[in-house]
Amino acid sequence: MKVRVRYFALFREQAGCDSESVDWPGGTAAELFKKMAEQHPSLKSQAAALVAINDEMSGWDAALNDGDEVLFFPPVAGG
Amino acid sequence: MKFAVSDRPIDAAAIRKAVADAHCGALVVFEGWIRNHNEGQEVERLEYEVYRPLAEKEGIKIIDEAIARFAISHAVCIHREGVLELEDIAVIVCVSAAHRGPAFDACRYIIDHAKTRLPIWKKEHYVTGVSEWVNCEQCAEAGHTHGGHVNE
Repeated sequence: MKVRVRYFALFREQAGCDSESVDWPGGTAAELFKKMAEQHPSLKSQAAALVAINDEMSGWDAALNDGDEVLFFPPVAGG
Repeated sequence: MKFAVSDRPIDAAAIRKAVADAHCGALVVFEGWIRNHNEGQEVERLEYEVYRPLAEKEGIKIIDEAIARFAISHAVCIHREGVLELEDIAVIVCVSAAHRGPAFDACRYIIDHAKTRLPIWKKEHYVTGVSEWVNCEQCAEAGHTHGGHVNE
């Protein structure tokens, strides 16, 4: 299946790109992050990182569907 | 308007006016300012990155939660994005209510949740020329240090 991955803030700098299209067998958001971290060694999983799927906040154990846009958010720091 | 992201300076007086109501005897305002230091470093300016589609959706949700939870009349929160200089207002929360107790509680609820739930990131630029993404309070509670996150 194909999904679109988008990186923000620190993750964007670590991945070296804003977004990319990924072809993979499927799985959860956490598994996708792990796969992307293997491709971008600077990209590290962080305890307070958040994930959104198609502009809805989600959980890391959510299963992805073909065509999903997956947003990887490093720990947020508003205010 | 309940929540908005702005790339322009925040007009605090206009936001206060937006929550004005003859039924209200209390107005509580929280302003988050850009300060000149953080964790021993001298800060020169700050940069906010915001993912607007979700920040706006989640921001409205936080305001709605506060209205449902506390006896308040109106609440508005505005968060800045882009480059901010020292003493600029980064975020403002205005809450009006019949009485001060719920207004204080709701204001605290809104700013606390805004800090941990909105997809907003802060990059500090130090006087040394170095810049670094800042991690939120959640990370501090998890035992991570700011520098540790960047380097780990």
